[in-house]
Amino acid sequence: MLIQALAFYLFAIILVASAGMVIAARNPVHSVLFLILGFFNSAGLFVLLGAEFVGMILVIVYVGAVAVLFLFVVMMLDISFSDLRKGAMQYVPVGLLIACVLFAELFLVYGAWSFVPGVEQNIAVATADFEGVSNAEVIGRVLYTDYFLPFQLAGLVLFVAMIGAIVLTLRVRPGVRKQIVSEQQKRKREDVLEVVKVTSGTGV
Amino acid sequence: MLEIGLAHYLTLAALIFTIGVFGMFLNRKNVIVILMSVELMLLAVNINFVAFSAYLNDVTGQIFTMFILTVAAAEAAIGLAILVVFFRNRGTIAVEDVSTMKG
Repeated sequence: MLIQALAFYLFAIILVASAGMVIAARNPVHSVLFLILGFFNSAGLFVLLGAEFVGMILVIVYVGAVAVLFLFVVMMLDISFSDLRKGAMQYVPVGLLIACVLFAELFLVYGAWSFVPGVEQNIAVATADFEGVSNAEVIGRVLYTDYFLPFQLAGLVLFVAMIGAIVLTLRVRPGVRKQIVSEQQKRKREDVLEVVKVTSGTGV
Repeated sequence: MLEIGLAHYLTLAALIFTIGVFGMFLNRKNVIVILMSVELMLLAVNINFVAFSAYLNDVTGQIFTMFILTVAAAEAAIGLAILVVFFRNRGTIAVEDVSTMKG
């Protein structure tokens, strides 16, 4: 119990600190790196909660794909980040006010909140039905049966996002000699090659 | 204090969410950090889902977390693609200039 509490506080404190650094760091590359640290710590929290599969997926998807995508864009675009920070401080009081109000509201909700009696009847897929089955297998069994249509739709969302990103960033540059395979296939020998009989003593 | 309950995770998620909201105000001109703030807010939602899933002994929360992950990944990809196109056209990523894209 003590170890669990210590692990929770360790992960939580590092997560909050790195989240703060994400928004406060002057260099966006540092922001992305702190974001990666935060995701690793939240994956640790998920493991602590007994959701190992989601924790590992978080590491793979967020750290492996999303954060690297951010890193790519931050490093690829040649942006003067100091210009972007100019005049940003004037919104800090408003932002602090809204953040404080939001946190106070959330805190009040969490303070005055409790489960309704009989919440056990509302459980959709109880983990108790899967005694002795690993977390990943439980998720697989539920996801591929009860939530099969949302699973397919999630794949569709990713597909549309992929096509959208490709179409948005695809750039047709004029003046570039590109290989056009159909043009190459259409070429016939008669179009480009001429056999000339040359008699000796005369030129072509 | 030593007994880690649901309230601990909910408070942590509330803190992360608030930091994400504040980050949007702090980096009002920098779209990249705004997108990262959105990712932080989605992470807070994920923490809520998984915490409820663990304490109610219901797997559905973890399933929903995966769908949120899907949406977050798609959002990051599209957002960064739009950002790259915007930078290519205008040479800056300041959000104030985005209004000139309309019409």
